[in-house]
Parts: sequence; structure tokens; C-alpha cells
Amino acid sequence: MKEKNNAGSREMSGIAAAKLETKQDLLALARELQAEGKKNKRRVVICGGTGCRANKSLELFQLFQKALKKRWLGPEIELKMSGCHGFCQRGPVVVVEPEEIFYQEVGRETPDQDIEDIINKTLLKGNYVERLLYRDPRTDEIIPIYHNIPFYARQQRIALRLNGKIDPFSITDYLASGGYQGLAKALEMNPEEIINVMSKSGLRGRGGGGFPTGQKWSFCRNAKGDMHYIICNADEGDPGAFMDRSIMEGNPHGVLEGMIIGAMAIARGKSPAGGYIYVRAEYPLAVQSIRKAIEDARNYGLLGENILGTEFSFEVKVKEGAGAFVCGEETALMKSLEGRRGMPRQRPPFPANQGLWEKPSNINNVETWVNVPEIILKGGEWYSAIGTEKSKGTKVFSLVGKVKNSGLVEVPMGIKLRDIIFEIGGGILGDKEFKAAQTGGPSGGCIPAEYLDLPMDYEHLAEVGSIMGSGGLVILDEDTCMVDLARYFLTFTQNESCGKCTPCRLGTRQMLTVLEDICQGKSQTGDIELLGEIGDTIKKASLCGLGQTAPNPALTTIHYFKKEYEEHVHQKKCSALVCKELVSYNIQSVRCVACHRCLWVCPNKAILGISLKAPEIDQARCDRCGTCLEICPARNKAVEKIPGAELKAAG
Amino acid sequence: MDKEIEVILKNYQKDPSQLISILQDLQAKYNWLPKEILLEVSKGLGVPLSRVFSIATFYRAFSLTPRGRHQIRVCLGTACHVRGGKRILERMERDLKIKEGETTPDSKFTLQTVRCIGCCSLAPALIIGQDTYGRLIPDKLKEIYQDYK
Repeated sequence: MKEKNNAGSREMSGIAAAKLETKQDLLALARELQAEGKKNKRRVVICGGTGCRANKSLELFQLFQKALKKRWLGPEIELKMSGCHGFCQRGPVVVVEPEEIFYQEVGRETPDQDIEDIINKTLLKGNYVERLLYRDPRTDEIIPIYHNIPFYARQQRIALRLNGKIDPFSITDYLASGGYQGLAKALEMNPEEIINVMSKSGLRGRGGGGFPTGQKWSFCRNAKGDMHYIICNADEGDPGAFMDRSIMEGNPHGVLEGMIIGAMAIARGKSPAGGYIYVRAEYPLAVQSIRKAIEDARNYGLLGENILGTEFSFEVKVKEGAGAFVCGEETALMKSLEGRRGMPRQRPPFPANQGLWEKPSNINNVETWVNVPEIILKGGEWYSAIGTEKSKGTKVFSLVGKVKNSGLVEVPMGIKLRDIIFEIGGGILGDKEFKAAQTGGPSGGCIPAEYLDLPMDYEHLAEVGSIMGSGGLVILDEDTCMVDLARYFLTFTQNESCGKCTPCRLGTRQMLTVLEDICQGKSQTGDIELLGEIGDTIKKASLCGLGQTAPNPALTTIHYFKKEYEEHVHQKKCSALVCKELVSYNIQSVRCVACHRCLWVCPNKAILGISLKAPEIDQARCDRCGTCLEICPARNKAVEKIPGAELKAAG
Repeated sequence: MDKEIEVILKNYQKDPSQLISILQDLQAKYNWLPKEILLEVSKGLGVPLSRVFSIATFYRAFSLTPRGRHQIRVCLGTACHVRGGKRILERMERDLKIKEGETTPDSKFTLQTVRCIGCCSLAPALIIGQDTYGRLIPDKLKEIYQDYK
């Protein structure tokens, strides 16, 4: 769990770092590295993403190293740590190549035994360690091979192409996988040609704006200025979204290569260019990996002065965020880079014309940048053949919440929501009822069950009142209270509001106050309509995207789940049993065996009873913390939660 | 103290536009930002104290009150929220006998919330320094406190 270094970074032996002067040098090195890589009979790839590290994958790697050494197997078997696979729930994830055997939850209970078994059974004999194999939650079938597992099988990984396959701290790994060949190709193209390819591809900004990337680059190139800035927005703030973290951790060179290509398209032949990567400080591993990537790229002549021996120079700096969600908004981000408060400003002027330090600046999201090298290599037509008419290519969704297979899912635009949740996601946790899917984070909306067959692309999501956003896809079940969810999102946006413009600053506070009243049983008739009114005003009058979209979760939940709101307001009931003040706790004496565990743990001493008799809850003292429910043994289930505060009122 | 602040300011060529990075480095060194340090920064960079304060109060990463040796950040992101993140926070508040934002009397822990740490598949999760803990259960939290001095 605790890691201070990036153990696992192992440059391929025998090939020293040297500045690459030409495209031919790059290709020759790639071939050499590929040949070197083929020498090993087997490769064991342990996931080193943040999620798996939280499950001690770094310690697992070290134990594995020791075990292989002990048996003198070190040289024949390549052991490495990769970046995030996006399947963190099943971590630590270990993949054995070349067969691509997928092992999950390795080392969670018995690391030494797991390692012994993998070495003895798989590495030496080519058999499976059954207990570590993936089991399909729908059919209970064991699926040993990576690309047969439905979670991965239905994905089309372009942005995530190298995640889980390469060691992100090793530039040679990236080069052996064809890395920087997109850059080499772009160096031989005209900047206008590069922009043409991007326009043909139909790639749209993946951070949420959805603006056509080629067009954006074109605006920036054509803007007047003696300096151009190329910026990567890695301030992934949407709660529930972690695709950028995964990409930065798992394939930092992919992002860097994309930025260098972008810099060429926008600034080459026009003006000098400088790059910035603005990354959240809450992603320490991502910061580490991108810093290492920059250092290595520089050493290999792929970044800095005279890239690959050409006249083109480009340098990239990393800036860490300081905990402000609003800095994900492009003008606020730039203010933050300038050392100011991250407060957005009016647009026009757009950053493409006047951005960082008033110079023409192009800012794109991590996922957008990492797609660029592939598009240059394979062509715009290849990319635009994937997806729908107006939404081309693939999108990485962060499939989380009440779903069995939670993780990062990259699929072609236009795939049905149902397929993502049930085929890839394996269905709802505990096989409960699907209630809604929340997309677009705190700026987005809810999609109820009637729209399960909705094609996931920009247009269709907008039609049902939601947005694509950065790709967050939170699955909610019958135990979710939609009013509480709206309150949750508004608490977040209210907190993060920069305070500059009145509609957002005061409007979100008012909406939140009303929502809190509703959740606490203090609401009045007319409150629901009031939410609609205030929300509408905030949307129309706010200065930036944060304010303009803050009311969305509340407005869409009111639209699709009005009955729930009415129940809260008029009957003071929360049927999902979430809103504390609108539920009561009760001990069912017929089920209680008088163990009195609840009595001892109650923090308010609200449970009274005498020995051998079922205790009772003193409703006046009860604050509905739920500890008694948690502690009551599963076989008894004597404590129940019931909707409505009548019990409390009567007690 | 002055000499150390001087070194950090020099690292950034005393450039006021690097104010955020300067404050980040200072906080990493001193664990929080006392008023005296902000005064030194203002003098050293030649910017008004109000501007230094405007940055220190805008960004959540900065603390103008002393913090514990270890910052516990309980994630209250969407995935953690729907999988019971709030219960984890409430339990920690009871265990440590402090409220969110406060520091234990022995200065060991400061309890904060964050949204989100990108470990949504391991919800509910929390982070202490550079260590991530996922799949939390209220009863198992005791084991985490013991890992820290």
C-alpha cells in the first residue's frame, strides 16, 4: 500500500539511452527493442495503478521478484509493473503473457501461496491457477483469457490501448510498442495537413465540451501571437471519473506524444511553443509518471530542443493543482497557471485567440491528447469509421456505483447504455433493480430505466437532458434516493463555486438550502417549483460552465422522479431509506435474540433493555446513525429501517 | 525560517506568477501556512499580502491552521457516496473524536474530505498521505489508525 518510489521501472537491458537524431534512428531502436522483448518466453505483468497499489500490488511485485530469483528464473521470465487496467475492483490484476491469462485479486489473502502457484502451475507448466481466474457474474463461467472476458471483449481500447501492457515508467517499453512513431510521421507533414487529419477524424474534446479538436487547433494556429501555448487539462475533477488518472498513470508518453504533435500543428512555422500539463495534486502517481516521461523523452531527443533532429523545439512543464474543482474550467485553469485565483472569465475572447498570458492557447483534455498519435498513424478515416454520424471514435466511460464489474470501459460511441451496464458491467450489484444512470458528473443528469436502450453519444445524451461530460457513468439502484443524490451534487458544486458571479454564488446556495429542507422533512408546498425557477435562472445567468450546469442533477431528477420529490415534501417519507430525518429505526422483537450488541455500540445510548429481553430504541435520543443495523448479526436482521419519521415523532 | 523561505522563493526566481507552487512547497515543508510565512512571501515577492491571502484561502490544499502529522482524506466522490462514504466519515469522526476539518489533540491526524481520488472501483476509499485504502468497512478502520505514529 505504501509506496514512495516507482519500483518496477526497468529499462530493457543492454540498450543505453541515446538522443535520437532522425526518424530512422527511432524506427531502428523500436525494432531492436521489439526483438529484445521477444527473447523472454514468458512475461508476468502486475498492475501498478493506484487502485491495485491500494491492494498492495507493489509488495506483490517485490515478493514475486524474490520468488523468481530464489528459483533462478529471473532471466527467462520478464516481470514488470504496468499502469492501470481500469478494472481496479478485481485488483491486484496480474496478466501472464503470451497467453494473456488474466488473474484477479492476486495476493489479497495469501500472497506467497498465490505466487508459488502461478510460478509452479502457470509459468513452469502452462496450466491455470483456477481460484485466481475471473468468473462471469452472470453465468458463473470461468474465463481464463483476458480478451474473452466480457468486460474487456466488448471494449475497443484506443485511448487505453497500452494501459496494462507497458511499464509506464519505461520509455523503452513505449518505444517498443510503436511509441513516438506518430510524432515521427507528423514531423514530415505540413502543420495544415496534421490539422486536416484531425478534422477528418471527427475527434471531439473528451473533457466534456465536445468541441471538434481539428477546428480548435485551426483557430489557434490562425490566431495572431508571438507565442503559442499547448495545455493539457489533467484536472479531472468530476467525482466518480478516473479515466484521466488511469491514462496518465498507464500511458504518460501517449499524452506527451499527442501534445507534441499538437504543438507542431499549431505553432510550427508560426511561433515558439510552450506546453503545460495541469494535473490534480490528488493524483500523486500520475504526477510522478508524467514527470518521469518528460525527463525520459527529453533524454531521447523527443522533447525539448530540436526534436528528432528537426528545427522544431517544444518544452513541457508540469503544474500541480491545489484543490479547486473550478480550475478544470479552461479560463480558470489558465488563471491558476498564472498564479492567480482560479476564477473563470467571459468568453469571447476564447483561449485559442487570447489564453495563457494573453497568448493564443490550445487546451485539450488528457483523453483527447492520447488519441492523437493513433489518429496520425492510422489516419482520420480510420477513426471516423468508428462511432456514429456526429460522435466519432470511442469514449472511455468510468462505470462505477452499483454495478458488478466496476471500472474503465472504452467503447465505440453509439453503444447502448444497456450493453454497457449489463454485458460489460455484468449487471447490478446484488441483482437489485436498476433505477438510473447518472452521467456527466455534477454537471450532468440522470437517465431512468425507460432509456436503457439509449445510444451513448453526445446528441442522444443531450436529448434526454443529460450530457456526456468527461465520461462518468454512475449506476444507481433501488436503494438510491434521487433527492439525496441531487443534494449531494449541489453540495459539491456549491462548495466549489468560485464566488465571482452572483447567480452561481447565491443561486446554488439557495437551491441547496431548499434541497436540504426537503431531505430533512422541513419543506413546504411549492418548494419543488421553486427549485425549477432558481435552477433556470442560474443556468441562464451564470458566467461559466460550473454555474450553468450546477442545477442539472436537481432539474433532471425532478423531471424523471417527481414522485420521489413529492413523497419527501408532502408525506415526509424517503422510500429508498436514505434521508436520515425521514426514516426511523426499529427493533423487531420477534427476530431479536437479545444479544444486546446494538445496545453496547449505540453512540447516543439510545437503546435500552434488560438482559434476556429484546431492547427498544429510545426514539428521542436516536439520531439514525445506523450503527445498530450494521452490528445486528446477519442471521437475525432484527433491526429495520422504515420510511417515515412517524415512529420518531410518536416516540 | 527566513533563510529556508528565501531558498524556496529563489527556486522560482522570485516570480509572483509562481505563487501557488511556492505556497505548495512551503506547505510541504512546514505542514501548514502560518501568517508569518505568508508575510515573508509577500515581502520576498513584492506582492501585496492580500494577494498572498487570496491564493491561500481560495485553494483547498492550503491550510492556515496547524495540521496533524497525517492528513486523512475520506473520499466523498459520487461512487464513494453511493457505496457508503458518508458512513465511513461519520465513523471516523466518532473514532477519532473530532469533526471533519479538525485535528486530534495529539496532532496525529487531521480529518478532511476530498472528491474524488480516482479509486471509484474501490469505493468507499480514503487516502492518507500517499497511501490509498479501498473497500472500507467501518469496523476495519481501527486497523488503519494503528499504521501511523
